[in-house]
Amino acid sequence: MAGVRFDHVSKIFGKVVATNDVSLEVDDGEFIILLGPSGCGKTTLLRCLAGLEKVDAGRIFIGGRNVTELPPGRRRIAMVFQSYAVFPHMTLYDNIAFGLKMQKESKATIKERVESVAALVHIEDLLDRYPAQISGGQRQRVALARAIATKADVLLMDEPLSNLDALLRMEMRAELKALFRELGTTTIYVTHDQVEALSMGDRIAVMKHGVIAQVDTPLAVYDYPSDTYVGGFVGTPPMNFLVASVEGNGAGQLARLSGGTLRLDGSAELVGRDLFLGIRAESIAVETAPGDNLIRAAVVVVEPLGSHNLLTVRAGEDMLKVAADSHFFPNPGADVWLRLAPGKIRWLDRETGQAIAATPEAALV
Amino acid sequence: MSLRAPWIGRTLLYLLAFAMALWVIVPVYFIAIGAFSTPDDLYKYPRELWPHHVSTGALSFFLHSTGTIAALERSVMVAAITLAFSLAVGVPAGYALARFAFRGSDAFRLTIVSTRAFPIMILAIPLSVTFIRWGIDDSLVGVAIAHTALALPFAVLTTSSVFAGISDELEEAAMTLGCSRAEAVLRVILPLALPGLAAAAIFVFIISWNDVFAASVLTLRHRTLPAQVLTASGEAPLPYRVAGGFFLLAPSLVVIFFIRKYLFNMWGRVVK
Repeated sequence: MAGVRFDHVSKIFGKVVATNDVSLEVDDGEFIILLGPSGCGKTTLLRCLAGLEKVDAGRIFIGGRNVTELPPGRRRIAMVFQSYAVFPHMTLYDNIAFGLKMQKESKATIKERVESVAALVHIEDLLDRYPAQISGGQRQRVALARAIATKADVLLMDEPLSNLDALLRMEMRAELKALFRELGTTTIYVTHDQVEALSMGDRIAVMKHGVIAQVDTPLAVYDYPSDTYVGGFVGTPPMNFLVASVEGNGAGQLARLSGGTLRLDGSAELVGRDLFLGIRAESIAVETAPGDNLIRAAVVVVEPLGSHNLLTVRAGEDMLKVAADSHFFPNPGADVWLRLAPGKIRWLDRETGQAIAATPEAALV
Repeated sequence: MSLRAPWIGRTLLYLLAFAMALWVIVPVYFIAIGAFSTPDDLYKYPRELWPHHVSTGALSFFLHSTGTIAALERSVMVAAITLAFSLAVGVPAGYALARFAFRGSDAFRLTIVSTRAFPIMILAIPLSVTFIRWGIDDSLVGVAIAHTALALPFAVLTTSSVFAGISDELEEAAMTLGCSRAEAVLRVILPLALPGLAAAAIFVFIISWNDVFAASVLTLRHRTLPAQVLTASGEAPLPYRVAGGFFLLAPSLVVIFFIRKYLFNMWGRVVK
């Protein structure tokens, strides 16, 4: 059991800076997700922690030990690979026992540990089979069992679910989450799937071009993205960003959007800046008649998704995604009125894309 | 017409395959039955298609001829040394080519292939002179070195493709589980590479076993078996030649038959 600390870690491949001066602290027992599109440096960061890549700058600590120069085998980590990397020439038993044998555990200890972790991931009946004789999902479980058998300080997972089909992935997601809660091992989990990230992690570190854009709890990342990149990457649909400016009029402020004007009780620091108003699809209520502090929009597309209908609407110059009731089927072209939920608006600088800190308070009146 | 086209294509394909199989099998067959015929049958014309009087006389005559056993021993020795040299250099080189991106690795690969562009005939004279200077002319080691030069490109390239076919992640997984790189190679990569390495090894052995030119040029009194048979076959009677041919042929056939079986059987088809 141990926490992990990345201290200004950089890794360069030729001319590509894969991770650029990344610092990140992971608490003991925490389940943290490294999230980002391919090429953002998340896997590189994980491989640096594993010792499979040598860092070009910076230091890495596991449980206070500086492991920067240690080979992978001496870092007390265990890793689940994207391809599972189950040894094809060994039975499942020998696969799971591999790390324990390397640690020179006694035969009895190995047997007991292999059987207990195999039971934990429900492959106890397959132990004398070879990897070629089991399914992809079962191989995934073998990789998992092999990793947890050694009782490593830190578990590293590189897109472990990406090779499974959608249904199995959803099942495994819940199972993994329960398993990790039970184990309580510090876990660093790399994925490009934001649903996986939101549903599983204690915290999410969203990465972009080799740097961490935001580290926070899943809900905070979802509701209050640090910039337009995070807001656009996390969540389906992505956050709506409306071109906006705020002007003061004595008592309060007015937000001018291309589709209309809203009264708000905001912060003075918004006034006179080029802004984006960021808001999630489900934070917008759809009304069928004009009213106070609403914005008029025209329906473009209606997509029924079962649990709700996803509307694409045009408000002035801006296209928005709005979540509406599953029984609401407006005709394309019809007018609707949008009510933006107070407290759910994120203000961002249009130039830099960065969020403006004052946000949650700058609510609509 | 259009319906018949694939049928014709298939027929032609099978005819071609059949013709190629005959091309290989007919001489092998005649040498084989010749080696097990009595001398009388051997000299009979037209040749019988099935040996009526099976006899090991020709083979025993061949084996008991002067120098055969000694040449056979030398052939095995030379092939074994060649095998050792080729694998000692070829396996690490193949591994390095497959695993590490180093400056000039493509050029290195090309250089290896291009060594096969020099015919041994052209190299024969300078090689003989050099070997005489080094004092390893007419010796087993000398022949083995020449054979290693012939076999090494093959050994390097095949082992490199064998290693390249084994996922890096397996090696890395072993390393995260407590292995050093050497241990990871030893415990995980080598067992998986074994069928491919065995194939490479057997081919190296056969290259050496079958070589007649380098052995003839580089040796005088210490002939390997092919060189010995070639030298003797000018004066030797037909039974000697047929038996000698069979004797040189048989190991290759047996070995290829077994290695094929080994390659297909080992761990099903999971080794990618």
